[in-house]
Amino acid sequence: MTKITRNKKPIRLSDIVDHAILILGGLLMLFPVYLAFTTTSHDNITLSREGLQFGFGDQMGHNFYAAMFEKGGFSEQIDGTTMLMNSLILGIGFAVGKIVLSMAAAYAIVYFRLRFATFAFWVIFTTILLPLEVRILPSYEVVTGLGMANTYGGLIVPLLASATGTFFFRQFFLSVPEELVEAARIDGAGPGKFFIDILVPLSRTMIAAIFIIMFVYGWNQYLWPTLITTDEGLFTLVRGIKQITQSIYEGNQIPEYGQAWALAIIAMLPPVVIVIFFQSWFVKGLVESEK
Amino acid sequence: MATVSVTDISKTYPNGAQAVRPASFDIADGELIVLVGPSGCGKSTLLRMVAGLEDITTGDLRIGERVVNDLDPAERDIAMVFQNYALYPHMTVAKNMAYGLKNRGASKDAIATKVAEAAEMLSLTPLLDRRPSQLSGGQRQRVAMGRAIVRDPALFLFDEPLSNLDAKLRHQMRVEIRNLQRRLNVTAMYVTHDQVEAMTMADRIFVLNAGGIEQIGTPSEIYRTPASTFVASFMGAPPMNLLNGNADGGKVRVGESAVQMPCADGSVLLGIRPEEVAVSPMGTIPFKLTLIEELGASRLLHGTVAGQDFVVNAPNDDIALAEELMLEFPTNALHLFDAETGKRL
Repeated sequence: MTKITRNKKPIRLSDIVDHAILILGGLLMLFPVYLAFTTTSHDNITLSREGLQFGFGDQMGHNFYAAMFEKGGFSEQIDGTTMLMNSLILGIGFAVGKIVLSMAAAYAIVYFRLRFATFAFWVIFTTILLPLEVRILPSYEVVTGLGMANTYGGLIVPLLASATGTFFFRQFFLSVPEELVEAARIDGAGPGKFFIDILVPLSRTMIAAIFIIMFVYGWNQYLWPTLITTDEGLFTLVRGIKQITQSIYEGNQIPEYGQAWALAIIAMLPPVVIVIFFQSWFVKGLVESEK
Repeated sequence: MATVSVTDISKTYPNGAQAVRPASFDIADGELIVLVGPSGCGKSTLLRMVAGLEDITTGDLRIGERVVNDLDPAERDIAMVFQNYALYPHMTVAKNMAYGLKNRGASKDAIATKVAEAAEMLSLTPLLDRRPSQLSGGQRQRVAMGRAIVRDPALFLFDEPLSNLDAKLRHQMRVEIRNLQRRLNVTAMYVTHDQVEAMTMADRIFVLNAGGIEQIGTPSEIYRTPASTFVASFMGAPPMNLLNGNADGGKVRVGESAVQMPCADGSVLLGIRPEEVAVSPMGTIPFKLTLIEELGASRLLHGTVAGQDFVVNAPNDDIALAEELMLEFPTNALHLFDAETGKRL
């Protein structure tokens, strides 16, 4: 064993201040999460009487179990597991669909000498000015007109077109050296092969970065799922939490606060997990390029 | 292995700019042709037209017996080595070399054999599992050549393959490419702006200027009998000295002095290479020395002859240097060019 000696730098005051600020910020961000966690561990009566709880109680297991596996809702058909599945389908479908669609669009714009490629790009780009909230009525009209209300298709497809994704992929493709395309042409790779064999592997860090952003974005969708799904079998987690607390207004029983908090915690987890697992790719995708 | 035959080939861009003026030439089987010229002279465009990466506006291009004008690059039976190597960054060396074969539907065994052979030839065998980013510039260049070799193409195209290497490596790779091309006995076209590369590697040199071929010849023809002042000053380092002079009754006058040189009367450009000028007290042409550059084996004397810039490459020995020297122009080293057209007389 060799002894590792390190030059100890003297700790400067500014370092301490910097860290103090960071730690403070971290605590500030984490505290609500902690609070949600402790509150989950109490029964509905306590929560109803006393509100948020700062210490741990003994109902944690029960609340999580009830939230995940007890059938609830008007139809008594839906439990947390189903909602979790729905949320995953929405999140993944949303992210994957967006990536496929925006990559294909960017590929067409950058690599094919289309007559109006630049114009098409700017038209796509200006749709950034028209987020879902602005076009929600016509979108609803179209989706129900196509008979897609209460389907996964209706939930996902209208949200897929992504100017942001197209823009990111376009910028990335533009930075891929021209010679690579030419070398591939000489090597006998047609447009499809070039896309699959060269462009997709080259974009993988980019894809990962966009996947994270889009997954979290899709996961957190509230307005559109609320509007387009009335069938409880298609409810997402984010939506379901609200459904549980709804009984507050109906007033004939104590609302299942504990379960609502448990669902909130569960709803938080997948985005966190995704970010943790993909974060090195995420950073790579945003800062470095392998060319 | 194949001959290349080009008839009246030209390139005009949609905006009307003519990048390559109509040119015709033939390349023999196994010959290495170097296209050389300053940037923007159309040499790369010409090469890319042969490769199929640029459309041919007019004329016919034959590789072997086939007219390949309208064929895809992949169908022309060519391989190309790019200046920045253009290796696929996410593939290993072996996969980079195999990709073209794979796309042509070669069997796995055949690919493995070919890649192993090429790697052996280029001493890349220990590097086959590396990624391009883990290789040095010279190694990447060799991989790029390996990618070309495995396909057994009829024609090799090189687009300034050595420009990104440092001087020492460039020299080494120059020899290596030449050896390889000889050994494989494959026809090759090589684009460079470096006249040393052109002189040392070529069987024949094509000197290009402003979209047209200025002269075609072996390196020694280009050096000894340049067809124009452009070729004379482009090939050779330092470039040929060109002096404005007046031909008059079998003599060419430059300033006060004159040399014997039979030609029609009129204004001419008198050319002489710096290395062929002799400094000697018996000389007849006065030279005003302003700057000395040491090269080791010799030195470059910069100065003026009759008020015009002039360079002498003098051996690094005996002569006593002074501000005023006398030069001697050997008659057989003199070149005459038309002062207006720049063409050789």
